[in-house]
Amino acid sequence: MNVELKNIHKHFGKTYANKGINLSVRSGSIQGILGENGAGKSTLMKILSGFIQSDPGGEIILGGNSVVINSPADAIHVGVGMLHQDPLDFPPMRVLDNFLLGRSGGLFPNRASVRQDFLDLAKQFDFSLDPENYVDALTVGERQQLEIIRLLWMGARVLILDEPTTGISASQKQKLFITLKKLAEQGMTIIFVSHKLEDVEFLCSQVAVLRAGELVGEMKPPFDTSKLVEMMFGKVVTLGERQPAQTGETILALQDVSLEDVRLKIKNANLDLKAGEVVGLAGLEGSGQGLFIRACAGLVRPVGGKVFLKGKDLTGKPYHTFKRGGVNFLPASRLEEGLVPGLTLTEHFILAEEPTAVFIDRAAGQRLAEDRIKSYNIRGTPTSTVESLSGGNQQRAELALLQSPLSLILLEHPTRGLDIESVIYIWSKLKDRCKKDGAAIIFISSDLEEVLQYSDRLLVFFSGEVSEPIDAATTTVEQLGQLIGGKGWPQKGDVNA
Amino acid sequence: MLKSRLSGFIFQLIAFFLALGFVSLILVAVGASPFDAFKNMLNGSIGSMRKFAEVLVSFVPLLLVTAGLLITFSAGLWNIGVEGQIVLGAIGTTWVLRLFVDSSVHPAIVIILSIFGGMAAGALWAAFAGALKTFGGVNEIFGGLGLNFVSTALTLYLIFGPWKREGVASMSGTEPFPDVFALPQVPDLRISLWSLAIAGVAILIVYFILQGTYFGLKIKAVGKNIRAAYLLGIPTWQYSLYSFLICGALAGAAGALQVTAVYHRLIPAISSGYGYLGLMVAMLVNYQAIWAIPVALFFAALNIGSIQLPILMHLDSSLSGVLQGVLVLFVLLTEGVRQKFVKKV
Repeated sequence: MNVELKNIHKHFGKTYANKGINLSVRSGSIQGILGENGAGKSTLMKILSGFIQSDPGGEIILGGNSVVINSPADAIHVGVGMLHQDPLDFPPMRVLDNFLLGRSGGLFPNRASVRQDFLDLAKQFDFSLDPENYVDALTVGERQQLEIIRLLWMGARVLILDEPTTGISASQKQKLFITLKKLAEQGMTIIFVSHKLEDVEFLCSQVAVLRAGELVGEMKPPFDTSKLVEMMFGKVVTLGERQPAQTGETILALQDVSLEDVRLKIKNANLDLKAGEVVGLAGLEGSGQGLFIRACAGLVRPVGGKVFLKGKDLTGKPYHTFKRGGVNFLPASRLEEGLVPGLTLTEHFILAEEPTAVFIDRAAGQRLAEDRIKSYNIRGTPTSTVESLSGGNQQRAELALLQSPLSLILLEHPTRGLDIESVIYIWSKLKDRCKKDGAAIIFISSDLEEVLQYSDRLLVFFSGEVSEPIDAATTTVEQLGQLIGGKGWPQKGDVNA
Repeated sequence: MLKSRLSGFIFQLIAFFLALGFVSLILVAVGASPFDAFKNMLNGSIGSMRKFAEVLVSFVPLLLVTAGLLITFSAGLWNIGVEGQIVLGAIGTTWVLRLFVDSSVHPAIVIILSIFGGMAAGALWAAFAGALKTFGGVNEIFGGLGLNFVSTALTLYLIFGPWKREGVASMSGTEPFPDVFALPQVPDLRISLWSLAIAGVAILIVYFILQGTYFGLKIKAVGKNIRAAYLLGIPTWQYSLYSFLICGALAGAAGALQVTAVYHRLIPAISSGYGYLGLMVAMLVNYQAIWAIPVALFFAALNIGSIQLPILMHLDSSLSGVLQGVLVLFVLLTEGVRQKFVKKV
């Protein structure tokens, strides 16, 4: 079934997630959608699959007919099925029950015939899924397989896959690709959303690149990788003056640290961080940098290796021990993790001082707040609640909460969503604190220019792989873009060569 | 800020009248005059000194429980187990009194010890709910509910088992303690100024904890955003547990006063539902400790005033419960409406 998107707009508040997108995908082809985080890929796919509605004026044409898709149920009704990055299934239920869900009609489903359908489909694609198994016992790859045959069984003719190769094994990925090619041959339309250049180049018969909500280019094989990178991240801009680091004693040392969460495994990461140094962590969201920075804060316990803070072995110690050692962690989700909505600025500053007295000294708190508000240029009053501040001011408030003395500042997306003036201000403050306290900084950013501009060294993350520390001064945006997309990595085995 | 406070007050007033209107409808539906019913309730609660003293008797445990619940609410916890914590307070107090009832220790000291015993027992029961939550991952609502049933069973076991009356065990409770072990009462009235003072001090302490101490600020931070509180360096699970202990101790004090100042023995229904009523008061006052005093007093007045209804109007006295419940529902509902309204503007 041919898919045509015409003039799709979508805005959230003032920001446009999609801006006048026109895209046409022929039946039987595999269309790749590339773009960095926040480029608008997911928004576009959610519009096509009915999770959200586009702004008025856009049109979706399926097989020559204009359709209105108001819900995922509508979408599957007209033949559009989406496989989400995190499988939307019900882990405590059996595979077959999951398979049945979403099917309309029939109070009492005919399990025997459905079971047969299930087994037939699974066999067709060589999936070995036990219909009576519980979903929480399956791997991410197997859950994906379940979801694919469920969507096919429900009548999907257009299959959207959002970052399907994250969190699955190499053999599962191979099987997935074979399946997708087979489906395309059968006349299905496949839309493959990814940030992994290699996967897209291997699989797709056509690629569209989104940047900042706009479709900036399309390409057919043979693919020109450097051109794709340029389209994804924009023209290479000349960077401003860099300041070389004045490094001192070792603040943080990671020795063969291995980390694990549900999706990712990081093996044998090493880092030797000196005072005064800034290390940027680059990589597309969910590539392991979040896990890494939380391990540096003591919020994630490593499954192997050692973590030293100023020479002291803190492996496996809780976050509060790290904090007493001068480690401060500023999470990306400011109102969810960093600040306490409902409490005022003054109350935050008071709490961050870790008071030991019984009664609150209101006057001192007021003075402290006024002082911090002034020195961090926060637009707000001591009695402002944090949720009433703008994003940039919340970020400044978080910086103002940094304790003293300080040895290590860990930041997740310190400048995301901020205007350029705030970005410059925040970095000058950070460098200030760094110099004054003899601290080091590790930060995550998805802005490549920011990473290159402010780091001395950087680590690149790709699907849980961590690069050796790279000198930021001699790296270009394009080189970094390729690494983030999984290109130009040393083959396994000669990492240490 | 001021504007939102004003609109909040107006909406609460609307809720109050909506609740009155709704209960009036029920009364009309059963053929009773709402006006007479409300008048009788008013008369029955503040019509005479004696009646008002009864209101205060009901006010004391309600205020104590509410004071405790304000702490757990601030910590973001739904301490449904407060009912059982009252019961355990009463059991603890009865146990201490029984220990000393034949001793030569001065009765005043025995009473004080017994009240502390009740507070300790209530705190212990709350610690169970807290430990289930922090170490066992059991939601405090489920843990508390379970412990409530256990506490009721424990009371019945004690009344009909080890602590049964000489001769025959009965639902009327254990053998009453001699008068010397009762908190002194105002002549001719059932109210004890001592218990009133204890409740008053409790709510003031809670007010100061929440308003003026670092401890209270940390509790609030934990309640409003436990993850951010942890990152700010607050030992979060410990503070959750502390709030359980304080609430349990205050609920235990309520149970202790039910024994030493009201019933002078352990009875099966010793908690009289004050725990659940306290949850409603705490919800209504929305973390503002000082407001707990008038609201708890109002709820107590409704409780006592409705006692007149069966006698005078052949209406069931559970009407007060209906009015209290409806009032809470309407206040929460109008608050929801207000927030939607405020957001739109």
